Amino acid sequence: MTKSEIFDRVVKILTPYVKNQEALASVSEKTHILDELKVNSARLVDVVLEFEDAFDIEIADEDVDSVETVGNAVELIEAKLG
Amino acid sequence: MKPRVVVTGAGVIAPNGNGLADFELALRKGLSGIRRHEKMAELGFASCVAGVPQGVDELAASAFDEDLLRAMNSSHRYAALASLEAWRDAGLRVPAAGEDSVDWDTGAVIGTGIGGMDTTGERVVPLTDTGKVRRLGSTAVEQVMASGVSARVGGILALGNQVTTNSSACSTGAEAIAIAAERIRRGDAKRMLAGGAEGASHYIWSGFDAMRVLCRTHNDAPERASRPMSASACGFVAASGAGILMLESLESARQRGVAIRAELVGAAVNCGGQRGGGSMTAPNPEGVRRCIRAALADAGVAPSEIGAINGHLTATGADPREIESWAAALDAKPGRLPPITSTKSMIGHALGAAGAIEAVACVLMLQGGFVHPSINCEDVHPEIAPHGASIPHQLRELPGLEVVVKAGFGFGDVNICLVFRKWHA
Repeated sequence: MTKSEIFDRVVKILTPYVKNQEALASVSEKTHILDELKVNSARLVDVVLEFEDAFDIEIADEDVDSVETVGNAVELIEAKLG
Repeated sequence: MKPRVVVTGAGVIAPNGNGLADFELALRKGLSGIRRHEKMAELGFASCVAGVPQGVDELAASAFDEDLLRAMNSSHRYAALASLEAWRDAGLRVPAAGEDSVDWDTGAVIGTGIGGMDTTGERVVPLTDTGKVRRLGSTAVEQVMASGVSARVGGILALGNQVTTNSSACSTGAEAIAIAAERIRRGDAKRMLAGGAEGASHYIWSGFDAMRVLCRTHNDAPERASRPMSASACGFVAASGAGILMLESLESARQRGVAIRAELVGAAVNCGGQRGGGSMTAPNPEGVRRCIRAALADAGVAPSEIGAINGHLTATGADPREIESWAAALDAKPGRLPPITSTKSMIGHALGAAGAIEAVACVLMLQGGFVHPSINCEDVHPEIAPHGASIPHQLRELPGLEVVVKAGFGFGDVNICLVFRKWHA
């Protein structure tokens, strides 16, 4: 799976949780998930479960701590996919 | 002088109609919302009928975004939809999700009898028991916490006054109205959304089925299953939904220039102490009578002024005792009891939402000048028969209807009575 395919799927998974539609319209790897997309931080656990299901991977709780931007999520998933 | 409390908005999600217009039409027609419940049948319930509001998921999908919907079980959906209707009915603007302003003058007391048992049964128990706790995600707690129904509404409407959930079994929904009114009377809030919501779930209803208190004789005739005051009554019909009133101080309502639907002139709550014939599951008649009299005293209303009664009347063996208590509390000889009707005859018993949905019915009856029919009691119970003339088998148009009294009684021997008066603009 290419990085851009992963990016597209990550954005699709995040979309229902996004409260700032303007930020979503111009989303890039640098976009901050909480600060810019305004995703409720409590919902990150649901987002991670969806990543696991969509990519058939397991994400440890400590891995999640490093994820701040959309790009961080893409890189984490890419690494798990090996 | 204590602030007067008026009703400036109402909203309802009920098995026989969603929204005030459809609900009023159903009430006038005597339309039953009881249907066969396939899941109850499949699982071997003795009672296989229930009152479940129809088309709610579609209504919710058009009202709430995907993120919210994922965290809204049935009781949340009912509570939020009824609250939105009451809010708009009161002439208030629904804030956008991104708006930061908070309405510090408005709160909510929205009760529930059982809580988010659909979430508990479908997700919390199976995922926990199979060691998949992590799969619960972030949305389980907010759906199973008792206060979830009021918290959900508080967030959608940016409420900044007291936001809480009460719980007193089958008196919950009406009790919420009394609690909210008291807050306005104390001057602590200008407006309070008040009512109750109860989810639709076989996990809620199984315990009642086991107690043999649900109707098991009309599985093939659902619309005739809820039979309050009849000789053939043999249990209530499980139901769900939500009723919400917007209570407001008269001063605030006048300042806003909003239309007033009715005045809540009095309320009382008490408990029979589970003595004197009362128990966990049955009311002490002395408690019931005291509660009715206390509400009338609070309202400054004489029994002779009562135009109609919306009873608790669930269709169990308690109905004749309730009628006895009304007659005793009002000192009404046979033939002199005001018209007494049971909304549950059409929608079943929505537990923690029942009193609130029925309070909405009271407000509509006062405004519309009618008493809705109490259906399915052609065969009036012999012990109620002396008061038979007070039962409206058909719609009664009563343009002069001025006062409607609503009572509710719950497990724990708890009682609630509300007194509504017609508003003359």
